[in-house]
Amino acid sequence: MSEILERLCKISPYELKKEEKDEIYKRALSELTKHHYETCPEYKKILDAIGYDVNIEQASEEQPMIPVRLFKEYELLSVERKDVVKTMTSSGTSGQKVSKIFLDKENTKNQTKVLAEIISSYIGKQRLPLLILDTRLVLHDRNMFSARGAGIIGFSTFGRDTAYALDENMNIDIKSIQEFVEKHKGEQILMFGYTYMIWQYVVCALREVGVRIGMENATLFHIGGWKKLRDQAVDTLTYNTSIREALGNVKVYNYYGMAEQLGSVFVECEYGHMHCSNYSDVIIRRTGDFSVAGFNEHGLIELVSLLPTSYPGHVLLTEDEGEILGQDDCPCGRKGKYFKIYGRIKGAEIRGCSDTYEQH
Amino acid sequence: MILMSNIKYLAGVEGISNAPLTPYSDEVCSFAASLSAALLKEPEARKYPDVMTFAFWCRKGNIAAKKKKWDERDEKRLGRGLVFQIAPSNVPINFAFTYMFALLAGNATIVRAPSKEFPQVTIISKKIKEVMEQFPAIKERTTLVRYPADNELTEKFSLMADARVIWGGDATVTNIRQCVCTPKCIDLVFADRYSFCIINGKAVEETSDELMKKLAENFYNDTFLMDQNACSSPQMLFWEDATEEAKERFWKAIYDFAKSRYNLQAASCVDKYTKMCQDAVGKPEVEKEIRIENLIYRTVLKKIPEDIANFRGNSGYFYECDLKNRDELIGVITEKIQTITYFGIEPKELQKWVINNHMRGIDRIVPVGKALDIDVIWDGYDIIGMLSRVIETI
Repeated sequence: MSEILERLCKISPYELKKEEKDEIYKRALSELTKHHYETCPEYKKILDAIGYDVNIEQASEEQPMIPVRLFKEYELLSVERKDVVKTMTSSGTSGQKVSKIFLDKENTKNQTKVLAEIISSYIGKQRLPLLILDTRLVLHDRNMFSARGAGIIGFSTFGRDTAYALDENMNIDIKSIQEFVEKHKGEQILMFGYTYMIWQYVVCALREVGVRIGMENATLFHIGGWKKLRDQAVDTLTYNTSIREALGNVKVYNYYGMAEQLGSVFVECEYGHMHCSNYSDVIIRRTGDFSVAGFNEHGLIELVSLLPTSYPGHVLLTEDEGEILGQDDCPCGRKGKYFKIYGRIKGAEIRGCSDTYEQH
Repeated sequence: MILMSNIKYLAGVEGISNAPLTPYSDEVCSFAASLSAALLKEPEARKYPDVMTFAFWCRKGNIAAKKKKWDERDEKRLGRGLVFQIAPSNVPINFAFTYMFALLAGNATIVRAPSKEFPQVTIISKKIKEVMEQFPAIKERTTLVRYPADNELTEKFSLMADARVIWGGDATVTNIRQCVCTPKCIDLVFADRYSFCIINGKAVEETSDELMKKLAENFYNDTFLMDQNACSSPQMLFWEDATEEAKERFWKAIYDFAKSRYNLQAASCVDKYTKMCQDAVGKPEVEKEIRIENLIYRTVLKKIPEDIANFRGNSGYFYECDLKNRDELIGVITEKIQTITYFGIEPKELQKWVINNHMRGIDRIVPVGKALDIDVIWDGYDIIGMLSRVIETI
């Protein structure tokens, strides 16, 4: 673990204020950029082509961005292939290319450590009884095993006595849930799942059969896209209220993270704001020229993380849109930037005469 | 079974005639002139520059000039009969041009219009429908139809056709050719092509500010206007005798012109940036990448690539390369190459160069600004000639 990460792990994950963070990031990111430049030949080619000088320390905003799609096109490693202990793949829908993220021991360890720092700041350090709002099968079926399975395994380290809310056919297993709740009466329960699946297979499924689970004290972390929910006009408030109607007294935390930057995730606070932790930052770029957008200005989300060492993913240009709501002054008390995500940008509609007939 | 609910007749008749006319017949020429006048008068049509281009193209004087040139051939010809045409699905205006080409050659024609409902298609078909009421010979030779791609109608029409005209690139051509046609039927196909531009740097340096602006407008029309994605839009710029200053001047002018006009989509910005990184990683010819905001991406190459047709960008993504000697290009010109647009170069010289070097590609040599000007000679085809037959006497 780098000296900077070690230092950050000693303080609470939402403590760095702007000036201090800018200073740390300037140094840390410049070091990371130089490291990847020296170890990842593809990354070097890009920086050489755009004429970027890695020997000059630059602020976060000046660091070269790697577009997320590049991880689908190329295998980008900043370590020897023999040192790779885990290859993460993104959960692309069928037919799409998937991202490949190569992790060595050090990078994996740092991800686990940082995720633990962030999550435990919400639920405490003790391991809690864990209910996964998904099927056990996702861990065993090779076809399903992608970011979805890895996310569950990753989260399982915060729990004990893990149970699953869905059976092998993705049907809600009310009996198991009730037994689990009964068994852990009086304890805080931890839950984890994917945003849309929870909605469809837990909330809607319980509603359909008219069953309500009476959890007394639970915390849910969920991650994933909102597109399908927005199509059904489900917003955060409706979502959270419906979770409580279905499951009882549940604190609901949505979080955001990409397979390309696991570990340094962004969690939504009680005020509905996504937060950067000490380990990550968000920059919003204007689409026209990629200049830095101001607060409350819509643009493309660039994600910055201090963790990626075994692959050049510390500064990423995503294909999501969002806006920064503020910095260091969220009423929840957490420092750092807080922001809002609007989801994936609309694909480009290109004119032209060489079209593919089959698509029309 | 053909699902009638998916078929929409935009103009003309369902039971089409297949009796040929002579090329540039009076009926067709008058019809073209009337259609042109009707479109030029229509306020709705004026909103679309491409509709205006078409209206202007089929005006009386222009068609008369073409007829005059045609008559110089001094041949007796008739149309082939019935021409079935597939218009490209994402260029709104081509269906209208290809419709007129078939008529001018003396044919009846069935045109499958783009399945996407472009307003341009609606406006033009409506006018065709109105105007043809006074031209019964045209009406009985016209079927403008819209139907989904994988429809059995394509098979039915193929079996009726004396000629098929297939636009839309490699995929469409391959697809349509799987439909059986009669043994005598000929296919005129428009496959995927690649185009580039040659610019003389000295000429750029010497040109006045005013003409520079005009050059920028012309280049914009060749590229940005169709998201740089038409077959005849240049993908690559070859510079002859060019200093860095000349290149800067050129791109600055393009930037100034395109900035306020081009609708740059957010997704295109990400696509272009991603492509820039992909090229830097995957194309060893890349020397440097220059980004002018997100409007213009310049991928500068240190040598001419052998697989030049794979160097494709869109929405303002260009490759460029210095040409020390034009003959360096000879080896990379394949049958894929369609149009050269030029500035500051003598076109006859280029034409001679193509012919003397026995090149398999390059069908069009046109000044910057004319890349997309479709006409009766296209892709190296003499369309009127190919869609008609010679009645020989000895």
